[in-house]
Amino acid sequence: MLDVLDGDFFRRWLTTAAATVDREADRLTELDSAIGDADHGANLRRGFAAVTEALAPRDADHPGAVLVLAGRQLISKVGGASGPLYGTLLRTTGKALGDGAEVSREELAQALRAGVDAVTKLGGATPGDKTMVDALVPAVDALSTSFDAARDAAEQGAEATIPLQARKGRASYLGERSIGHQDPGATSSALLFAALAETAEATR
Amino acid sequence: MLINVPETVVADALRGMAAAHPELMVDVENRVIVRRDAPVADKVALVSGGGSGHEPLHGGFVGPGMLSAACPGEVFTSPVPDQMVRAAAAVDSGKGVLFVVKNYTGDVLNFDMAAELAEDEGIQVAKVLVDDDVAVTDSLFTAGRRGTGATLFVEKLAGAAADEGAPLERVEAIARRVNENSRSFGVALSAVTTPAKGSPTFELPPGELELGIGIHGEPGRERRPMMTSGEIADFAVDAVVEDLRPRNPVLLLVNGMGATPLLELYGFHAEVQRALTERNVAVARVLVGNYVTSLDMAGASVTLCQIDEELLRLWDAPVRTPALRWGV
Repeated sequence: MLDVLDGDFFRRWLTTAAATVDREADRLTELDSAIGDADHGANLRRGFAAVTEALAPRDADHPGAVLVLAGRQLISKVGGASGPLYGTLLRTTGKALGDGAEVSREELAQALRAGVDAVTKLGGATPGDKTMVDALVPAVDALSTSFDAARDAAEQGAEATIPLQARKGRASYLGERSIGHQDPGATSSALLFAALAETAEATR
Repeated sequence: MLINVPETVVADALRGMAAAHPELMVDVENRVIVRRDAPVADKVALVSGGGSGHEPLHGGFVGPGMLSAACPGEVFTSPVPDQMVRAAAAVDSGKGVLFVVKNYTGDVLNFDMAAELAEDEGIQVAKVLVDDDVAVTDSLFTAGRRGTGATLFVEKLAGAAADEGAPLERVEAIARRVNENSRSFGVALSAVTTPAKGSPTFELPPGELELGIGIHGEPGRERRPMMTSGEIADFAVDAVVEDLRPRNPVLLLVNGMGATPLLELYGFHAEVQRALTERNVAVARVLVGNYVTSLDMAGASVTLCQIDEELLRLWDAPVRTPALRWGV
C-alpha cells in the first residue's frame, strides 16, 4: 500500500481536486441552490483554478508547503464561507505536516485532524450541523485505514447530511426546510477525498 | 440577463461605476471602491463590503458622510480579506477603521481575517456586526440573524459620526446602537436568478409569496398564497414592531428587492405608514427605494430604526454618495 507521499503527490492531489471540482461544479451549484445561494460550484472552481495556477511554477515542493500555498490561494480567491474554511483546512494541515520532503499516510491523517479542528474552531460547526464537518470528520478517521476508506467515509458522511436540519451556514435560515437536501459543503469535502483516493490509485 | 458572460459581471459593473462616478476611485482589478479624497485627515474611516448583487449597497454608499471604501465580492459571495486590507490601508488616516459587517458566515470569517491582517500592518480596526432580520427566529440554532436593511442605517449614521470627527470607539458605539435599535423583515414575490446559474435559485410559482426572505435568494421561512400589499404591510410591520417594540420615533426604510416597480413600492409604503400609525409608531424620516437589493428578485423589505435626538441629527447630516445624497 502506498505510504510515502512526496510533494509531487500533493501537487497531483490538488490538481486532481481542481479537475474534480470543475467537473462537479454544476452539481455543487444545484445542491447549493436548494438550500443556499447557488454559488458553491462557481466559487470552488475559481479557487481551485487559482490553486492549480499557483502550483505550476513548482516553488512549493514539500508536502506541507504545497498545502500552505494552496490554502493561502483559497483564502485570497474564493470568498464566502468556503474560502476561509477550505483555506484554513489546507493551511493548517500543511503547517502540521512541517517541512519534511515526504510524509506517511498516517502523518497526513494526523495533520488533517489538526486542519479539521481549525475548521470547526473557525466556523463553530460540530458533527450533525449539516456542514462540511460531517464529511471531513469521518474521512479523517478512516484515513488511518486507507485512502479508499477515507473516500467512502466522506461520501457516506455527505449523504448522511440529507435528513439533517442545518444549524450553521446559510442553509440554517431555512429551518426545517433544509431537511431532505444534501449539504453542498459536505459534498465538496467528499470530492477532496475522492481526489485523494484517485491520486493514490494513480500512484500505485 | 443584460450581461456579457457570468464571469465578468462584477468587473463590468465596476468599470461602469468608475465611468459614472469620477469622485470615486474604483480599482477594478483589486475590487475596491474608495472615495477619491481618502484618507481624510483626522477622521475615522468606514469600510464595508459584501457579495455583489445588492446594489447600491455597498459601493453606492461610498462618499463623504457615509463609507470611506467598499469591497464588492462575487455575486452573493463575501469579498476576500485581501480586498478589505487594501481598502483599510487606502482610507486609514491614523484614526482607525470601522468594518461594517453583515452577519453572514462568510462575511464574518473574511472580515475577521482581514482585521487581524490590518492590525498586523498597524491599522487600528473595530468591527460592528449588522444582524437585523427578524425572520430568523431561532438564532441559537442558526448562524444568527442576517444583516439586511439596517446596514444602510448603520453606514449612514456611523459615517456621519465619523464625518463629525468622533473617535473610533464613539463611531463603533453609534454603529452598535443603530444595529441594536433596528429590525427588518422581507418578502419575495419572485425567486432570484444569479448570473452563474442562469435560472431561478428556487421555485416560487406565480400566485404565491415567500415570507421572511433574506437578500441572497435563499428561500424564506414560510410560503403563502399571494396577499395584498396591505396584508403584506401588516404582516411585515407586525414582525418588526413586535420584536423592536419602539417607544421613540423611527427611521423607516421601505426597500425594494430589485424587480419591484416604484409604483408598487410607493403603494406598499402607504400601507406600511397606515400599519405603523395603527400601531402608534411615529415615523421621523422615510426612505423609499431600491437600496439593499437581491438582483432581480421582486419583493420588498421593511426596516425600522428607533432613534433619539443624536441619531436624528446624524441622519440629517450631509451625505454625498452615488445612492444617498442630501444636505450638500
